[in-house]
Amino acid sequence: MSDKLRMSGGEALIKALERAHVEVMFGLPGGAILPVYDPIIDSSIRHILVRHEQGAGHMAEGYAHATGRPGVAMVTSGPAATNIVTPLCDAFLDSVPMVCITGQVPLAAIGTDAFQECDTTGITMAVTKHNFLVTEAQDIPRTIRAAFHIATTGRPGPVLVDIPKDIVDPVNPRSVMTWYEATDADMDLPGYHPLTQGDPELIRAAAQLIQTAQRPVLYVGGGILKSRAAEALLELAEMLQIPVVTTLMARGAFPDSHQLCLGMPGMHGNYTAVMAMQESDLLISLGARFDDRVTGKLDGFAPEAKIIHVDIDPAELGKVRKVDVGIQGDCRLVIEDLCAALRELGGAVTPEARRAWRSTLSGWQEKFPLVYEQSEPGHKLKPQYVLEELRDNNPDDTILASGVGQHQMYASQYWRFNHPYTWINSGGLGTMGFSIPAAIGAKVGKPDRRVWAVDGDGCFQMTAQELVTASVENVPIKVALLNNSYLGMVRQWQEMFYDERFSEVYLSENIPDYVKWSEAMGCVGIRVESPEEVAPAITKANAINDRPVVIEFRTDPRENVFPMVPAGKTNSELLVDPSQEHLRR
Amino acid sequence: MSNPDRFHTIVTIVENKPGVLARVAGLFARRGYNIESLAVAPTNEERFSRITFTVDVESAPLEQVVKQLNKLINVVEIRELPPSECVSRELMLVTVKADSRDRRELMELIDDWRAYVLAENTKKIMLSFSARTARLDEFEECLKPFGIVEMQRTGRVALPLLS
Ligand SMILES: Cc1ncc(C[n+]2csc(CCOP(=O)(O)OP(=O)(O)O)c2C)c(N)n1
Ligand SMILES: [Mg+2]
Repeated sequence: MSDKLRMSGGEALIKALERAHVEVMFGLPGGAILPVYDPIIDSSIRHILVRHEQGAGHMAEGYAHATGRPGVAMVTSGPAATNIVTPLCDAFLDSVPMVCITGQVPLAAIGTDAFQECDTTGITMAVTKHNFLVTEAQDIPRTIRAAFHIATTGRPGPVLVDIPKDIVDPVNPRSVMTWYEATDADMDLPGYHPLTQGDPELIRAAAQLIQTAQRPVLYVGGGILKSRAAEALLELAEMLQIPVVTTLMARGAFPDSHQLCLGMPGMHGNYTAVMAMQESDLLISLGARFDDRVTGKLDGFAPEAKIIHVDIDPAELGKVRKVDVGIQGDCRLVIEDLCAALRELGGAVTPEARRAWRSTLSGWQEKFPLVYEQSEPGHKLKPQYVLEELRDNNPDDTILASGVGQHQMYASQYWRFNHPYTWINSGGLGTMGFSIPAAIGAKVGKPDRRVWAVDGDGCFQMTAQELVTASVENVPIKVALLNNSYLGMVRQWQEMFYDERFSEVYLSENIPDYVKWSEAMGCVGIRVESPEEVAPAITKANAINDRPVVIEFRTDPRENVFPMVPAGKTNSELLVDPSQEHLRR
Repeated sequence: MSNPDRFHTIVTIVENKPGVLARVAGLFARRGYNIESLAVAPTNEERFSRITFTVDVESAPLEQVVKQLNKLINVVEIRELPPSECVSRELMLVTVKADSRDRRELMELIDDWRAYVLAENTKKIMLSFSARTARLDEFEECLKPFGIVEMQRTGRVALPLLS
């Protein structure tokens, strides 16, 4: 690679992406980014043409969630850049590695309110891990290398690279550059040195706390998946025989079928997971961030628990809850060191008291399982039943991508997650419309795996057009659309906390016609209204692999998600399913 | 500025690049922290700028501010300087009314405080005064009765004590 190769900035950009091992990107061209679209024709990179830039962003996220590799999106300036702000924020809050390339007006036009100019780096400053405005074609290779480095190391996140048109346009002399293979030294990031190894003394202190705890819980968040620590976690949990809760971001990080798994805690977590944290005397938080949806009212959260907090982002340690031992580091490395430290201390001890703890937990599990009432013949389907059937008629390694709302909570509650990277959802931002594009991104990244999107009727109407992308690009995802004709989650809050005064939550039962709409987008559309049709429809959908399939399940609009910790209440005030209420003193 | 210990100084070394100040200031705004004062200039190494903030530690958890600042890619180094561990100064330029009636009184004040006269005419005097922030506050109070025409304070700058 020593021979000097002159090329345009646009060619260099695509070449730099190839060098970053990008195999696919999601995008949509326009004026400012046009010169970069020309070299794509000759590139090894597959480009997936989306129908809306929000779709490109969520596809990149879905791809990253499923593969662990950074997702890449490329869009033009102005309205395209603003259209991708939502996925950037989504990726920022859920720490998803992603690189977004945006076109920008020529350098000389910046600041003049030129056509399709917007201050993209200004707008996205608060929703990206970092962003760059490149001003010289010669800087393109090193900036792209830096962008991927920042997106994928430390706490992962979205990085945006804004590219003025003149530095990529071959007709402009400013675009001429001499290609070079950018190295780490070229990145010039004097302020960026993420630490990955935990402090051995703190790890020893953590091990000692663990040895003496009587009611310990492993509180596992999305960081376990980001650090590829699922195996290490399994070893730690089994060695210590400590129960595990997996947050909404961490479903699948520890197998639901494992006897130590308590499932999901939080606002719609199951009784045992919520109460185990609440009554614990030691929370071992691994890659989790004490989100308010997990802690409930902070004052009353796990009042007796000491806290061990492991996170790669030092700003998370003690941000929300004071820690007793805070360890900055990569979860996988810290867990491995912790296992070693525990072995040094003579291996796991099981204080007598822990037996009582285990039996308390299994008592709760027996008393307060997730429940719902099956529908009467002739009535609307129960969404929980649809999820159970979906779970039971698909292999364990199926990837499930969810929208946001009641259906998301049912999916997390009723699916059985036994493998990491099988659950893709929008946790931090709660972005309606996430599931279909995210599922497409996941399927592109994992073409041999079955990918289902679980969506609500409200969410579906926000991003359904990406099913056109899926059809045309031959990405055969499957969609389970739970049509309850409502913005169900909002309806639930209005029912419970606003005296059943329903304001602007009814969508419509029959408009749009989801089957026709799906067919118009090149998918197979199926409508299911009664319980006995559910499994056969899923089986039918699973047999179709040459195009996307949408099954519209007509579900009961009156169904609410339980358990529930009402907003602003402590986790001890958890509301169980009405049928279980009499079991709580 | 009632309790001087409330105000801590954070010194950050940042890359001297366009937009870096916006990132830093934006972070304060977005996390709900108030900046009491701010001084920015390139360091002796031109790649870097030094930003000195004064923040009210009673209104914001300093540890979070520092940790969040540290996450900014362009921030190279951060140091917290509690009042007892640094020397700090602030500079004030101020134009004060000075007609013949109380001009003498004002000149005495300027002398007492060791302020410098930068310019004067029959109606006004322009002064420069540099000291600790609290002294600037006091001097400002003394000038008020004469009538302050215009004033600019630089915000606090600080260096750690010699060790
Ligand atoms: C973009 C966006 N707008 C609004 C909301 C607020 N919100 C949360 S859940 C929800 C209802 C979702 O409706 P639907 O997709 O039908 O799902 P359901 O709750 O009925 O299962 C709304 C409006 C949101 N999370 N995201
Ligand atoms: Mg709905």
